[in-house]
Amino acid sequence: MKNHIIKTMFLAALCTVIVLLAPGCGQKKSASATKGLNEAERASMALASFVAPGEKDDYYLFYSGGHSGQVFVAGLPSMRHISTIPVFTPYPGTGYGFDEESKEMLGDFTWGDVHHPALSQTDSLHDGRWLFVNDTANNRVARIDLRDFKTRQILGPIPNASGTHASSFITENTEYLFLATRFSTPLPRERAADPKNYAEEFSGMITAVKVEPKTGEMSVAWQILMPPINFDLCSTGKGPSSGYAFFTSYNTEMAGDVLEVNASQLDRDLGAVVDWKAAAEAVAAGKAEMMNGVPVLDPNKVPGILHYIAIGKSPHGIDTDPSGKWVVASGKLQPTTTVYDIEKIKAAIAKKDYDGDFRGVPILKYDSIVEGEVPVGLGPLHTQYDDKGNAYTSLFIDSNITKWKLPPWTDEQKKDLTKAVLDKMPVHFSVGHLVIGGSDTKKPDGKWLVAMNKLSKGRHISVGPSQPESSQLIDISGDKMKMVAEAYTEPEPHFAQIIAVKNLNPIEVYPKDENKDPNAVWDASETGVTREGNTVTAKVLAIRSRFIPDRIDAKVGDELIIHITNVEQIGDMIHGFAINDHDMNVVLDPGETKTIKVKLTKSGVYPFYCTNFCSALHQEMQGYLVVQPGTAPVAAKAN
Amino acid sequence: MSESHAHQGADAGENPAPQRGKIDTLLRKQRAFLLRPLNLTSRLLLVAAAGLIVASFFFPLWKMHLFAPQYEEGLALYIYSYEIQGGGIGGSDLAEINNLNHYIGMKPLHKADFFEMQWMPFVFGLIILLLLRAAVFGEMSNVVDVFTLFSYFGVFSIGAFYYRLYVYGHQLDPMAPMKIEPFTPLLIGSKQIANFTQHSYPQMAAYLQIVAVLFVVLAAWFSRHEKA
Repeated sequence: MKNHIIKTMFLAALCTVIVLLAPGCGQKKSASATKGLNEAERASMALASFVAPGEKDDYYLFYSGGHSGQVFVAGLPSMRHISTIPVFTPYPGTGYGFDEESKEMLGDFTWGDVHHPALSQTDSLHDGRWLFVNDTANNRVARIDLRDFKTRQILGPIPNASGTHASSFITENTEYLFLATRFSTPLPRERAADPKNYAEEFSGMITAVKVEPKTGEMSVAWQILMPPINFDLCSTGKGPSSGYAFFTSYNTEMAGDVLEVNASQLDRDLGAVVDWKAAAEAVAAGKAEMMNGVPVLDPNKVPGILHYIAIGKSPHGIDTDPSGKWVVASGKLQPTTTVYDIEKIKAAIAKKDYDGDFRGVPILKYDSIVEGEVPVGLGPLHTQYDDKGNAYTSLFIDSNITKWKLPPWTDEQKKDLTKAVLDKMPVHFSVGHLVIGGSDTKKPDGKWLVAMNKLSKGRHISVGPSQPESSQLIDISGDKMKMVAEAYTEPEPHFAQIIAVKNLNPIEVYPKDENKDPNAVWDASETGVTREGNTVTAKVLAIRSRFIPDRIDAKVGDELIIHITNVEQIGDMIHGFAINDHDMNVVLDPGETKTIKVKLTKSGVYPFYCTNFCSALHQEMQGYLVVQPGTAPVAAKAN
Repeated sequence: MSESHAHQGADAGENPAPQRGKIDTLLRKQRAFLLRPLNLTSRLLLVAAAGLIVASFFFPLWKMHLFAPQYEEGLALYIYSYEIQGGGIGGSDLAEINNLNHYIGMKPLHKADFFEMQWMPFVFGLIILLLLRAAVFGEMSNVVDVFTLFSYFGVFSIGAFYYRLYVYGHQLDPMAPMKIEPFTPLLIGSKQIANFTQHSYPQMAAYLQIVAVLFVVLAAWFSRHEKA
């Protein structure tokens, strides 16, 4: 014992000497001190984001999952990842992409690139019905039903369009989703042309997707043929800007190669102001030409639907404020962000106050439509709004968020717009999008801001060269922004949406009465295996802790169709159904029926089992698929 | 009874008249009591009792509530005179209780198996009719009739309920995954069964019916001195 104490003291002394002699080590140990946080500050931050075990978050945060093809759901203020909604990518965790319905939605694609989620709106307010997300890679858009947090429709690939990055942005009553092309291509799409003749041969496209008001069913409504400039982001109007949609673009130079250089030559790029109500009327009046089954408007032939505004070089975001009067956009290599006044834009359109044109479409005179240029910092990308007339702009290059005052400005501020800048908050590192709940509605929720940073290097415990993305939670309820928490997600959230928990009311069980699947079975007496030619159909029931039937007989060459119903009606009693060696796993929520199809190519006995841990006898929840070698008569029948 | 009969027989020879007179007086008194008319208060109490029984149809008689770590909000079973209803959305707790019970080999609770629930409402209807009849006819004997039937039916129902619980807890499938000692689920009170705490208590309909019985007793009480 004594020996032990002496040893410990010796070690402690040795450690002290080492620490004193090695300033590098000492610094690393006090890394938190270098961030200037005292114990009280740490405690206050911890409490602000703390959600005790058993307590619940106040907000949903829906992250776009980028090239993961998914949507991540987190809770605020805890920033905890709660679930993943698979959209464009198969996801064995929920069996998505294995059953016939989701396979059909995914089509031939196994991934998507989700950039911009949009919550459905009624009267410029989130109505909590659907979440729409785009797929930049394959020109698609998907609808997630917020009743069950499931992907219910994937529309696309949309004809005549390529790289629908500027999507999905929603109008004030969910009339339309807008999708504009980042990439231009020769049209029709199957035509190959030389990128050297980019300006002449290539076209961009703005697509309006109509949303059926009751069901949310999406369909391509019409398109506007655009010059080959790269559309980046979009924002829709409300109030005074009702009926307008705004798009940023880069590559006004119409360069077909080395865009980094060739698309960065002009000082200003173009923003497109689309009068979508006028466009819809023009389509109804028969002014569109059909292309691949879609009515396409040519803005040169239908004047009035499109005007351009000038925006600083290589702009990224464009964001309409909650009142609908101010539209904010900026070049991402600039130190300022520009505030446009929609009243001035409308007046300029009415007076034809132009400063030339771009391919026959007028460009509104910059000085006539601008309210001011706010010196927010270097690399302004996106702007979000709170409920107190403030704007928050993300600065990629400066790696911070700048809070500034929206107009109307005081005379003093007008003279020197640095006085409109209220606060700056460093973020780690290089923030892309930022999100405030309801920023795109007329009533934002000014409690939290989440910064989605593009670089997380050095912030987290090392996980090797593949890095997660960092998100930071900032309290914006006071005069000064307060950093509260940090979290990491898989690659790669771009934009996100926030909605209060009280505004959603998801189900946790599919009620038996609502299951309209003709192949659902709720009682053992309805289950069974039947053969018709080379098709074997099994109706299987899943219940704790068995499958009924737990034996399926078939032959090589058969197509096996299995309809499985999880007859549970209690929350979180989820069953999986996997077949060994057949690349098959579906997961059934309580009350859900799914259909799988398996082509049987090899004889043998293949166990099937429940993959989603359900009950004390989960391990016993299994059965056998018995596949006999194919016989001549069966093969003959197949022919 | 037999003792008094013997006593009566022994005395019969010596002094039969006064003895017979005593019993006769008692019987006559009792008969007179049964023939007493009911005053307005009593009649209104009987109508109110009928009303309470009607009201009791809209509430459960009994509730069994099961709690476990995984079932914080509990699984509820509501017993009405005419059906068994599960708690939860769409009554899903019933299926859940059946599902859990299959692990110990208990037979599933099926509404169709509860034969008594087909005739119990009929008996309640009969009691209501008798109460109204008593209120209209206005004679004490009617009150006694309905009280007797009501009490008998109440005791019988609780007995039948207990028997049901006994049978369900004792006819366990020997092939069940979990072997447990046969048991009788608690009729009234709270009890721990494996990871579940069972609470079993009468509900609004039972209380309404107890008050209805009380009203019948009060109906008799308020007219006990009425003269024919």
